[in-house]
Amino acid sequence: MSTEPTQATSRHQKLERNITLMAIATLITVSIGGIVQIAPLFYLDNTIEKVDGMRPYTPLEQAGRDIYVREGCYTCHSQMIRPFRDEVERYGPYSLAAESMYDHPFQWGSKRTGPDLARVGDRYSDEWHVQHLKDPQSVVPESIMPQYSFLAETDLKVADPAGMLTALRRVGVPYTDRDIEMAEADLAAQADPFSSREDLEERYPKTQVRDFDGDPDRLTEMDALVAYLQMLGTLVDVKSAAAQQELAEETGR
Amino acid sequence: MEAVLGRAGLWFVIMFLALAAYVGAQDAGFAAHAVLVGVIAFAFLCVTVMRYDPLARAQSMFRMPPGPSRYDDDVVRWGVIATVFWGMAGFLAGVAIALQMVFPALNIEPWLNFGRLRPLHTSAVIFAFGGNALLATSFYVVQRTCRTTLAFPSLARFVFWGYQLFIVLAASGYLLGVTQSKEYAEPEWYVDIWLTIVWVAYFVVFVGTIVRRHEPHIYVANWFYLAFIITIALLHIVNNLAIPVSFLGSRSYSAFGGVQDALTQWWYGHNAVGFFLTAGFLAMMYYFVPKQAERPVYSYRLSIIHFWSLIFLYIWAGPHHLHYTALPDWAQTLGMVFSIILWMPSWGGMINGLMTLNGAWDKVRTDPIIRMMVISLAFYGMSTFEGPVMSIKAVNSLSHYTDWTIGHVHSGALGWNGMITFACVYFLVPRLWGRERMYSMRMINWHFWLATLGIVFYAASMWVAGLTQGLMWREYDANGYLVNSFVDTVAALKPMFAARAFGGILYLAGGVLLTYNVWMTIAGHLRDEAPMTDAKHNRAADRPITAAPAE
Repeated sequence: MSTEPTQATSRHQKLERNITLMAIATLITVSIGGIVQIAPLFYLDNTIEKVDGMRPYTPLEQAGRDIYVREGCYTCHSQMIRPFRDEVERYGPYSLAAESMYDHPFQWGSKRTGPDLARVGDRYSDEWHVQHLKDPQSVVPESIMPQYSFLAETDLKVADPAGMLTALRRVGVPYTDRDIEMAEADLAAQADPFSSREDLEERYPKTQVRDFDGDPDRLTEMDALVAYLQMLGTLVDVKSAAAQQELAEETGR
Repeated sequence: MEAVLGRAGLWFVIMFLALAAYVGAQDAGFAAHAVLVGVIAFAFLCVTVMRYDPLARAQSMFRMPPGPSRYDDDVVRWGVIATVFWGMAGFLAGVAIALQMVFPALNIEPWLNFGRLRPLHTSAVIFAFGGNALLATSFYVVQRTCRTTLAFPSLARFVFWGYQLFIVLAASGYLLGVTQSKEYAEPEWYVDIWLTIVWVAYFVVFVGTIVRRHEPHIYVANWFYLAFIITIALLHIVNNLAIPVSFLGSRSYSAFGGVQDALTQWWYGHNAVGFFLTAGFLAMMYYFVPKQAERPVYSYRLSIIHFWSLIFLYIWAGPHHLHYTALPDWAQTLGMVFSIILWMPSWGGMINGLMTLNGAWDKVRTDPIIRMMVISLAFYGMSTFEGPVMSIKAVNSLSHYTDWTIGHVHSGALGWNGMITFACVYFLVPRLWGRERMYSMRMINWHFWLATLGIVFYAASMWVAGLTQGLMWREYDANGYLVNSFVDTVAALKPMFAARAFGGILYLAGGVLLTYNVWMTIAGHLRDEAPMTDAKHNRAADRPITAAPAE
């Protein structure tokens, strides 16, 4: 115990006797760090710049992403490849800030009980994904992943596809009026191999249109989730010159 | 209770039949009569239900002392019961998901898959177990240190029961797939709004009580509680800003996206640790350690310095969760530097707590409650050293994404938060229920050793698992090829996952002892047992030496 109050501690006694001062001083003290670190991210170039190829998710992909979020896949899978030799060789070129710019919420994850999924798109066949999601151990015997066979038996229900896109537009995803108008039709069309795809592909370049879950008669949650997984990391051509320059400018990583 | 339910049910059935009669009525006269009957039934239903007081029933079930005591402790008693209950729920969920990682067949799709149970576990232990401990102790401490009763007694009850509703909504939501999938901020928008209302009420009760204090000074524990309440409000509101798809649907989209969302989330996530699990629990330490040790706090000046530096520095440390990601480099470096500086105020708190035992160190041997407090401070010191080490970018490149992080979190959560909460529960229950002591001191001793051993198994297995996985991921052979496929590293971790589950079971077993001990104390029993300290008395040897007669 310090016995005599020194000058510093006696000044502190003012705070100790006044709850209003104490609360205000506390609020100011805890606000500084967050403001200094977070605010610049909303105007710094390399955190808000677009790169070629990035586009908002199609309604089906977004519905699949919502399932990814609902099931808590982030508890075991990351979507953020770090700039290390082993990660780049294992998962592909390291992730750019712009590649998750339309992710609300972000799903970078914090734990890899399973592998990173940032560039899992086009790496495996649809059949592999469906089989793996239904029964992971049948494809990878040592896997400890839970089974998700109910996805294939559950019809995809998006209460309001246009509302989904509208909400996303309100948080900054640049969907056009036509995207929102066509949301419901787009949702079905992407999983229908016989749909006319020109309009969809024009508004959403590199869209993969096909039946994803192996059951063309039904639009299931499996269709949506596989459509999402198959497009992860496929939008930006990281080998192109422009993207290479982008990589070079993101210094220090 | 059954009688009330039966009578209410009867009136409800009559009302329902009257409603059906009204809907199907052939003529206006019959319809009018049906309405008349229905209104009467409704009136009786209201009377029956209003006469019934479920809270009083429950209070007598838990043998809470009737009538107001000197302090307003009713809500504190409920808080202690809720702490024990949610603690058990959280530990059980933890053991369940630990076992799922050893035996994947234990996943029961869709509701009990790992991805849905894991947020249930984290929220149950952090917000339900830890949160109720903070609610209960803060209401207990603020009254005693201000020498006054709670400012708004009804609002305090609303805070407690409203918080329980938040927990139930959040937990059931995860199992049903209602989640934002932002770590430790999973509840969806409407649950977040509800928590905000409850939290503002909490702030009003707490500050209101301080305002009517009869002591000139605000005691140091209250600074920490205040910082915890204010900062959690700030973090919760900003991180959960979101636009719902519909006001009649659970789904919402975060106001921030990508890298901005990532930093906001980890600003929140790290400071949930910093203010919920650190500042709030330091407040518990500043009241209960001196009380149990019967010694004053070691250094007043140290408490000032470490309070302000802790709350200032913690906020900056968030980016260390995003090392080597697409977050700009300067932000990562800032996060790392502040994390390392944070080591000092953290240890300031530990030193202030441990040195309070000066002159009372013998109690570590004799008093299992003090022993729990000491080991919780030791674990606090250990994990606040481990944290800065892991925030160094070079170390983080190995430890990130691995189980090392999980081990680190648990040495803090099980060791620091868990142990100090158990100690506080053991301190509070006899005082709140007017008992001489806990039912059994020896069970507290057993709880201490089971929990400690559990943490040792947990932390050690996760260190090995984390280092193994981190090193296997980056292992190259002589030809420059990666040696291990991803699934090789999964298979390699199986023994460590099993050891972790075993540690969790030990910790859970300690929790069972806690529950039983608390239950029996509340019921008013005292276990007949040998006291913890017992200097041996050998009656045969207790005599003068006399010369033995020669043979």
